[in-house]
Amino acid sequence: MSNLSGHILNKTAVKGEEGIWVFSAHIPSFPVKEHLQENGGAGNLLRYISKRLLYMLMSLFLIVTATFFLMRAAPGGPFSSEKQVPPEIEKNLNEYYGLDRPWYIQYVDYLVSVAKWDFGPSFKYKGQTVNDLINEGFPVSFFLGMESLFIAISVGILLGIIAALNHNKWQDYGAMVFAVLGISVPSFIMASVLQYFLAIKLGWFPVARWESLQHTVLPALALAATPTAFIARLTRSSMLEVLSNDYIRTAKAKGLSRRQITVKHAIRNAILPVVTYLGPLSAQILTGSFVIEKIFGIPGLGSHFVTSITNRDYTTIMGVTVFYSILLLLSVLLVDIAYGFIDPRIKLAGGKKGE
Amino acid sequence: MKKRSFMLLSFMLALSLFLSACGGFQKNNESAGEKGNKAADVPQELHVNIKTEPFSLNPGLANDSVSANVLYQTFEGLTRIKDGKPQLAMAESYEVSKDLKTYTFKLRDAKWSNGDPVTAQDFEYAWKWALDPKNQSQYAYQLYYVKNGQAFNEGKAKAEDVGVKAIDEKTLQVTLENPTPYFLELTAFYTYFPVNSKIAQKNPKWYANAGPDYTSNGPFKMTSWEHNNKIVLEKNENYWDAKNVKLTKIDMVMVNDNNTELSMFNNGELDWAGMPTGQLPTDSLPQLKKEGKLHIQPIASVYMFKFNTEKAPLNNVNIRKALAYAIDRKAIVENVTKGEQIPAMAVVPPTMFPENKKGYFKDNDVKKAKEYLQKGLQELGLKDVKDLPPITLSYNTDDAHAKIAQAVQDMWKKNLGIEVKLENAEWAVYIEKLHSGDYQIGRMGWSGDFNDPINFLELFRDKEGGNNDTNWENPKYKQLLIDSQKETDPEKRKELLKQAEAILMDEMPIAPVYFYTNTWVQKDNLKGVEVSGLGDVQFKWAYFE
Repeated sequence: MSNLSGHILNKTAVKGEEGIWVFSAHIPSFPVKEHLQENGGAGNLLRYISKRLLYMLMSLFLIVTATFFLMRAAPGGPFSSEKQVPPEIEKNLNEYYGLDRPWYIQYVDYLVSVAKWDFGPSFKYKGQTVNDLINEGFPVSFFLGMESLFIAISVGILLGIIAALNHNKWQDYGAMVFAVLGISVPSFIMASVLQYFLAIKLGWFPVARWESLQHTVLPALALAATPTAFIARLTRSSMLEVLSNDYIRTAKAKGLSRRQITVKHAIRNAILPVVTYLGPLSAQILTGSFVIEKIFGIPGLGSHFVTSITNRDYTTIMGVTVFYSILLLLSVLLVDIAYGFIDPRIKLAGGKKGE
Repeated sequence: MKKRSFMLLSFMLALSLFLSACGGFQKNNESAGEKGNKAADVPQELHVNIKTEPFSLNPGLANDSVSANVLYQTFEGLTRIKDGKPQLAMAESYEVSKDLKTYTFKLRDAKWSNGDPVTAQDFEYAWKWALDPKNQSQYAYQLYYVKNGQAFNEGKAKAEDVGVKAIDEKTLQVTLENPTPYFLELTAFYTYFPVNSKIAQKNPKWYANAGPDYTSNGPFKMTSWEHNNKIVLEKNENYWDAKNVKLTKIDMVMVNDNNTELSMFNNGELDWAGMPTGQLPTDSLPQLKKEGKLHIQPIASVYMFKFNTEKAPLNNVNIRKALAYAIDRKAIVENVTKGEQIPAMAVVPPTMFPENKKGYFKDNDVKKAKEYLQKGLQELGLKDVKDLPPITLSYNTDDAHAKIAQAVQDMWKKNLGIEVKLENAEWAVYIEKLHSGDYQIGRMGWSGDFNDPINFLELFRDKEGGNNDTNWENPKYKQLLIDSQKETDPEKRKELLKQAEAILMDEMPIAPVYFYTNTWVQKDNLKGVEVSGLGDVQFKWAYFE
């Protein structure tokens, strides 16, 4: 991963667009721009969105289907244990959960329940439904995710801009050393380091758990580290590219102050790759990180995503996967729409006036 | 520009929303067990980690240790285990018929946490509920000792036929399928706990959350249950023995990370870290031991390798014995697991048979192992070890199991010249392979549900069904176990069980490796926590000095 993104650090101007593609390689994302240009025909924003929603439904259907069959193909079942359940009890269980019916009936049942947004009872937590798990887990992951996103975006962009404006000076190197650390140090190590210094040695924050605002600081920092670094590097490289453009030279020639050039002309264009990155990033961050949630004992959604698979908790696997997919698809859509606002040259729809 | 400021504004708005949403967090500044306080005003509040969300806090549905360690604080059965022996709890007295098949319990005047009286009907209701096939209890088989329990659970008998009956409010009569010498151990087990039938009949989902409908009859009552996050127990003033309960509150947090658990303990956020409710990181054990902080207690669990006795060359008893004798258990315990586990040369843990600390053969007996190997090769008509069919050792994917498997692989190669391949699979896949006999040698951990050797020996009674997995069966072994069920004299019964174990250790369908221990650290001023030989914890008598 760091090899690929090392590209961007390269001083030879890397095109912002290439930057996007480098990232697209490891972050599930739509080929956004292509998509937009295909849509260059007549129409309006509404039409564009409805078309995209239709695609989303189709993707969702494919995801549900693939998950369903992959899940059933995996050996073992939700009641596998070293202490085998007597066959009679297992029969009752299978009947109750509908696992004794033929696969096509189960599959249709499943599609219907997804459409109704009722994922059924969890296998692993008796008395709780998958909807309960999502409703209780998601707000926690969402809060933590927003906090880290806020840190990542503000610190990342700031660092990137400082680095670009002070190209090849100590500020640049300092920010990029920080960024390399952020990317290469895995989050579980970052989490342990933060716990050790800020909680145990300095006693500023509690070691773990999810009780007060104070409890949220360390996990948010740990979760934000990698995206902050990514954003910093993205911003820096695209800023550098933008700053070498002719119109910036024009602006300089006009006698605009450096501040005005940066704020009004450079950042706005340089921010585009960051926005692209934000789509998948926010879906990923908002649904919770398994590692961070585990280390800090946070009751979020991320842990269900992983543990439900080892538990063969079929209903939870499906519910969480569908939920995550919807979030991912939606955030990509939102990013595409946001393009139009940030860069008027990109027209979502509406004639050939665009670039 | 306008658009941008709009976006900025909406982002700020959104952020302030989240920030205000977090005003909902309750402030919690009390740190666990404040230092410096003297005896009288030490807060009697305990903070422990239970790692994960319990499967269910309905005693009839629970089937896991997390649920168990909550239920043992909140509920109480007819008996309760203290110092390894069952004591009367909800029962005030009991009578046993001569044939050991009928127990008549007299209940004491006890109340549920909401003030309702605990009645014999509550027991009858709870047991029948767990056995009722439509309630899908995965632990219903724990009640198969009760007459017609199994038949009812399999839909072959009616609820009325089950051998549990409330004669009156305070008298419970239990009829058993067979004489069960350890029945009073079983009545302390959570599947045998009562349930407040008045509430359960009105609200079938009474156990899903804390609240007025979640009532319990034990030393503590559950006042809050934040799923996947935290359970709060408070002293149950309606408990019959409330005067002996000193803790006022127990916070049970769910942090599923061993390193974090230890850090929280070091930072004073927990009063207890490690087993039985949590776990310490293996790497920290030597250091903690050196500092004299580590508590170690043997428990009734055994780590073993199962041999599939129908796959060559493991169908040969001498080959199996050679492999079992050539394991250096002491080295594994000292260098890999590091928790002062006890090398196992027997299958019943020393907590049940104290003499099993020594076992039936010598650990790391390479000389004998080589003899057995030679004999085995001869029987198979092979000249050299290299002619042996290939052997694969399987384990479920886990760091600790991998290290043990590698150590054993190395020992077999060095001591016997046998090359063994290693193979690992994720738990659900692995267990499926083991149960279907698709393996040669496979690891397994086995622990007792109640304090009786039958837990470990019964496993290998029948080739089919159950959890034997080795395809091994021996008529004499089977007969000894059947006889032991009918034997009323404890000494004679033990003799029968020991004979059975000797057969098992002579035919070696399994190679025991070690007996597990519980390892933990705790606050120095915390006293009276009862950790049983089975690895359950009871905080009934716990207090801070």
